[in-house]
Amino acid sequence: MPKLTVDGIEVEVPQGATVLQACEEAGVEIPRFCYHDRLSIAGNCRMCLVEMEKAPKPVASCAFPAGDGMVIKTDTDLVKKARNGVMEFLLANHPLDCPICDQGGECDLQDQSMAYGFDRGRFIENKRAVSDKHMGPLIKTIMTRCIHCTRCVRFSTEIAGVDEMGMLNRGENAEITTYLEKALASELSGNVIDLCPVGALTSKPYAFKSRPWELTKTESVDVMDAVGSNIRVDSRGSEVLRVLPRIHEDVNEEWIADKTRYACDGLKRQRLDRPFVRVDGKLKAASWAETFTAIRDKLSGMDGKKIGAIAGDLADVESMLALKDLMTGLGSPNIDCRQDGAKVGGGARAGHLFNTSIAGIEEADAILLVGTNPRWEAPLVNARIRKTWLATDIEVAGIGPRLDLTYDVDWIGAGPQTLQEVVDGKHPFAEVLKAAEKPMIIVGSGALARTDGARVLGAAKKIADSYGLVTEDWNGFNVLHRAASRVGGLEIGFLPGEGGLDTAGMLEAAGKGELEAVWLLGADELDTAAFENTFVIYQGHHGDKGAHAADVILPGAAYTEKNGTYVSTEGRVQRTRYSHLPLGDAREDWKILRAVSEPLGAKLPYDTIDQLQKRMIELNGALARLDHVAAGDWGDFGTDGAMDDAAFTLPIDNYYMTDPISRASQTMAACTEAFLAQTERTGTDG
Amino acid sequence: MSGPAREVAVPHVESFEFTPENLETANKIVAKYPEGRQQSAVMPLLDLAQRQHDNWLPMAAIEYIAKFLGMAKMRVLEVATFYTMYNLAPVGKYHLQLCMTTPCWLRGADAMHEACKKKLGIDFGETTPDGKFSMMQVECLGACVNAPVIQVNDDFYEDLDGPSTEALLDKLAKDEAPEHGSVIGRQGSAPEGGPQTLVEGGDD
Repeated sequence: MPKLTVDGIEVEVPQGATVLQACEEAGVEIPRFCYHDRLSIAGNCRMCLVEMEKAPKPVASCAFPAGDGMVIKTDTDLVKKARNGVMEFLLANHPLDCPICDQGGECDLQDQSMAYGFDRGRFIENKRAVSDKHMGPLIKTIMTRCIHCTRCVRFSTEIAGVDEMGMLNRGENAEITTYLEKALASELSGNVIDLCPVGALTSKPYAFKSRPWELTKTESVDVMDAVGSNIRVDSRGSEVLRVLPRIHEDVNEEWIADKTRYACDGLKRQRLDRPFVRVDGKLKAASWAETFTAIRDKLSGMDGKKIGAIAGDLADVESMLALKDLMTGLGSPNIDCRQDGAKVGGGARAGHLFNTSIAGIEEADAILLVGTNPRWEAPLVNARIRKTWLATDIEVAGIGPRLDLTYDVDWIGAGPQTLQEVVDGKHPFAEVLKAAEKPMIIVGSGALARTDGARVLGAAKKIADSYGLVTEDWNGFNVLHRAASRVGGLEIGFLPGEGGLDTAGMLEAAGKGELEAVWLLGADELDTAAFENTFVIYQGHHGDKGAHAADVILPGAAYTEKNGTYVSTEGRVQRTRYSHLPLGDAREDWKILRAVSEPLGAKLPYDTIDQLQKRMIELNGALARLDHVAAGDWGDFGTDGAMDDAAFTLPIDNYYMTDPISRASQTMAACTEAFLAQTERTGTDG
Repeated sequence: MSGPAREVAVPHVESFEFTPENLETANKIVAKYPEGRQQSAVMPLLDLAQRQHDNWLPMAAIEYIAKFLGMAKMRVLEVATFYTMYNLAPVGKYHLQLCMTTPCWLRGADAMHEACKKKLGIDFGETTPDGKFSMMQVECLGACVNAPVIQVNDDFYEDLDGPSTEALLDKLAKDEAPEHGSVIGRQGSAPEGGPQTLVEGGDD
């Protein structure tokens, strides 16, 4: 533990810390461009120069290891002069186009030149110009602005795991580019925009849209996958202009996936902003009162058993609970929050959670992936596995289709047969799990959405039980969900009641004409053709598949328009915050349900969201604390029995379009075109 | 610092692989590095590939070497573009590298440059239409004592001036292999006109 003095303040830092970190420890701010605490150290911008006693010249503090007894000075004339000089050099070739630069107002170079720069430039020669590079539909480049900090190169190589960015040539001719100027094929590519300290890499969809000081910033939570990334929604009026990450060390660190960041333009397209009722086979705009009348006329007097409700992937816990209570009031046991048909939930709580927690992955020393593509189902979980893989000698094996997950995976089999071999201890990987101190199994939601899903879950549980995956201080059993609503729905028991039908059952009953009405709460990933003769009430915010099949449309609020509770795949309770009101006549979903419950004669007993949330907590105490993960109890779940022979298939065939919001997004459509169409053409995978 | 000429149209080369002899050499080079550090062989391998492929590296060769060493293509391309010694576009049979750094410039590099321009009708970054000569400006070749210097492929021609440069080019044009080293007959970098010191008392 070296002790050193920074500007007269004595600090003690861990062995291996840098002088820059010691300065931060002492509360001294050091300007920097290339240094980033989650990336490797490059030491090429020289902005962090400090004076060290007995050193002949200033040292780059980001790359200089802190030593015992060092005396560092950051407020001397020498340091000031050094910073002035570095700034002047950086600005020598940097264009002064701040007025037309999208980074303006949130630019490190701008801020630091104000704080530490020279008050004039002495460079009278021509500035160099660099041709812009094509980096796909998400990243706009103006490479003349680049100061060659190489943060983007290090991010893509180290964190995203795609070795496609680099710096070509040298000296004055140095240029950052992607290999052959191909789009950066990573689900995390958007993060290079946040990392870029200047305006060289900016968001293409957001180009020339707004200035940072015009935006309303709302701290919220992402719902594009089940990770629950912490985000900041930047909006102007009723338009969400961009989504940025917030730091949450246990969830997303400071990254977010591209769908989280860029699907927000889907929030203003294909929106349902007024109620509709189907009259003579055609959807007609209606008032709320007319809509409620249409629902009452149809449902009143109907046998509760002939009514069903399915919650979609983006529903918040409050609205699911309101719908559940409404269905109970109508006497219907047919409710299900698993529109994909995953055989999960109902048993012990640990049976549907990512128990290890996302941050816990870093402690693991062996992982078995079962029927999952974490890179698409939860890019940040994948990034965490990669981080662990880089730092330790963790062994990762996979059962399912071969994929490029940005780290080495031993693909030991394609289907349940291999899983059974591991259960029986016949497969060598069983020994690896046994020998590991903190082994993990990650079961994908796709592997559970098969007809034998419950038995796959049971087999995974057997592995957990027999190979020591679950001990007193470690739970290595994980289900990786991909829908933001799923765990929340399971937590409040949005599952078929006594004698009730599940999703598949409802679809079948509807096909046979036995289900007369179905309430879809944002459920779009269904075969709606089965509901041809069923009265479909679609409550949601996008005119997607569900709305097309609807007889009544109740316009709801998207995640940026409501305060809704979501439970992430690891069981973390988080809440979105509304950044603006729902569009047009749309309302928050629980309010719609509360309002419609009265004419239906099953009035819900809550009038405010607080009362509803109180009821939610009464139902499940695990939902009481925000940003808290209540450990799941280990007990019975899954079933025994032989699994089918069919190999595991992956549930997502297009990462960029998985829900109504991303399907309505033009940016996501452009990504689909750029990344997936290309994949098919060249025949390379991953 | 002058960058490599990027504007030259690069013909598309479908594929590249080492000849059996070069493959053997490549394996020997790779074997010099400890296990897990094979990527250190990237520079000698690029050089080997360049020698095999008319003194320039097509993208196919870069990708071949990336695969050969298990590296990302981008990392190999970074190395290949960083060093001026790797040619990423076709060059002439005689690739002239004219040193224009201060010592050579003071000793008449401009005259050497003019002679080349006059004789060949090309300037830096260009190739003669017959593909025989190409010319490139480089920084210090490390032969300042015998400045000015032209490097032709692997050989240095030193102590050049206008007429001797023209004579050199004439010989090259005829595919004669002129003696490399000082064109005014200096031995190594010994003084011009023979020994200047320790010349007395050497009779017996």
